[in-house]
Amino acid sequence: MSATLHSIFVFAHTWWVELLCAVLIVLVFPIIAGYIMLVERKVMTSMQAGQGAMSVGPHDPMQPIADALKLLINVDLIPDNADRFLFWLAPIVSMAAALISMGAIAFGPWFQVARDINIGLLFVVGVSALSPLGIILGGWASNNQYTILGALRSTVRLLSYETTAGFALVSGFLLAGTLNVRAIVETQRTDQAWYIFLAPVGFFTYLIASIAGTNRSPLDIPEAQSELVAGYRNEDSGFRWSHYFLAEYAGMIVVASVGTTLFLGGWLRPFPNVRWLGWLDAAPTLLFAAVAAYCAFRAAKQPAHLQSFFMWAVALACFVVAAIYALAAPFGRAPLQFMHDGPYGAFWFLLKVSAYIYVFVWLRVALPRLGFGQVMRMGWHILIPLALINVVDVGIALALSSEFGLNRWAAMIVTTGVTLVAAIFLLHWNDKYSAAASAALLADSSTVEDPHAG
Amino acid sequence: MLDSVIFYFFAGIAVISAALVITRRNAIHSAVFLITTLLATAGIFLQLRAEFLFITQIILYAGGIMILFLFVIMHVWLDVPLPQFRSRTQKWIALLVALAVGLEAGFVLWLARKLPGQGLLIANPAPADKLPPNTEELARSLFGSYLLPFEIASILLLVAMVGAVIMAKKRTEA
Repeated sequence: MSATLHSIFVFAHTWWVELLCAVLIVLVFPIIAGYIMLVERKVMTSMQAGQGAMSVGPHDPMQPIADALKLLINVDLIPDNADRFLFWLAPIVSMAAALISMGAIAFGPWFQVARDINIGLLFVVGVSALSPLGIILGGWASNNQYTILGALRSTVRLLSYETTAGFALVSGFLLAGTLNVRAIVETQRTDQAWYIFLAPVGFFTYLIASIAGTNRSPLDIPEAQSELVAGYRNEDSGFRWSHYFLAEYAGMIVVASVGTTLFLGGWLRPFPNVRWLGWLDAAPTLLFAAVAAYCAFRAAKQPAHLQSFFMWAVALACFVVAAIYALAAPFGRAPLQFMHDGPYGAFWFLLKVSAYIYVFVWLRVALPRLGFGQVMRMGWHILIPLALINVVDVGIALALSSEFGLNRWAAMIVTTGVTLVAAIFLLHWNDKYSAAASAALLADSSTVEDPHAG
Repeated sequence: MLDSVIFYFFAGIAVISAALVITRRNAIHSAVFLITTLLATAGIFLQLRAEFLFITQIILYAGGIMILFLFVIMHVWLDVPLPQFRSRTQKWIALLVALAVGLEAGFVLWLARKLPGQGLLIANPAPADKLPPNTEELARSLFGSYLLPFEIASILLLVAMVGAVIMAKKRTEA
């Protein structure tokens, strides 16, 4: 059985897998983005003890498709004194940059469009950094005060938070010693550690910078719904708006994939080298089987026929996926290498990316929006110095372990401690500084602007 | 064959958009076409297998410097061309400079024609598929053979940056 499957997989693993990946990214991605949006709405409302969207089908599985149809048939409004050329171009720039950068991401060793480029992850980061260009141009082209403010804020955000993200990534690149996506994951296997444990500060600075980088609340200063209505996309409607929407969600997937590849071990399962944890390889099978069983169990209890039919359909789909996983790697026997490279790798990678995106959603509900000044102060006074110190400390730790033979973990723990002390100092200093600044501002305004002062 | 097709594609885009940069009235449009030029140049770097230069060009020029340019242009609102900056002498100076650059380029091309083989001589050309990974090579030459110039350049940049901060800073007492 396995031998036949193996030959099928080998046959399948030719050039057209890459082509298929590219086509899937472009065609299927909008649907995936729509469903991420639905999950986001559901999670947000359930965190606020609500039900969320419930109208299109049982528990609303068709809402993204209805939204897409609605957006497609919307009237395409272009403001009178907008710059028509740039207004047309800007959303396309945003989305194209985000989609092209996905090409170099490896969703598992098999599923990668652009293999073996030397600059690997740098390509992903660099090309996706062009995405704000569309925001800036679009905000200017709409010729509206709010959109221009959004565009200017996006520029400032780019300059401050991309620096942080860059330095955070450098700390990971230093550990990996390469920029190639596959090599980064493989070195995490041979180092026997995900780099989140070796460079935790790097990961968390990257997490914060990536929230700002994708314009997500609580750091969504270019959009800032309580201040700028809808920020840079105030004037966009219909299909144009959905381009920006897709660009935002593509950006989320890109930053989540970069974080996963560099810090969370890419497509490796937890503890890839530990033998007795080999049963974790059965996790995808078990997970899909469990979901199928749960859906089948709940299906009978649904109030409407349509709902139970839908639940049965979901149960069947999950069961088919579980069966495929189970057939390809029978229990009791070690799964073959091609399973690790193909379906298992993709499963773990997508699981980690989903967890990363879930954190985005979680933070969006849990934290109130920060003001523009707060975001800037956090970026320049805390995050950039912290990321810089972290890079230096990771470098010192690597030098200690390579030159003086210190255990890598010991070196990392010591330098991470130093970085954390620096972080506490930065926070403390920033508190004092901002208190002093606001006191000075108050004193200033009372002496200068008060007409009764003298 | 494919290489030269790719080269002429990117070179054509670069030249056309460079021409558009100087003919557009709207400063933002000029900036957009300048970005296109820079991206096309990045494509030529890629065709030459200089992957690291390609991505540096995109990150630094298209992603960083040009976005700062746009920021400044949006701030100063250059919709109306300022008449006081258009003088007759400026035109003549520009013509002179353009002539000088053209002569220089022509001279280099003329020199290249006299070399044997195809154009400019390359010291030890490696076959395209056997190039060493160029990120590593670049690091080796920057931090190995050219460490001193590299450090001097970085100190120069640091000095310029500190100077810019001091000049732009609001003067406060005490």
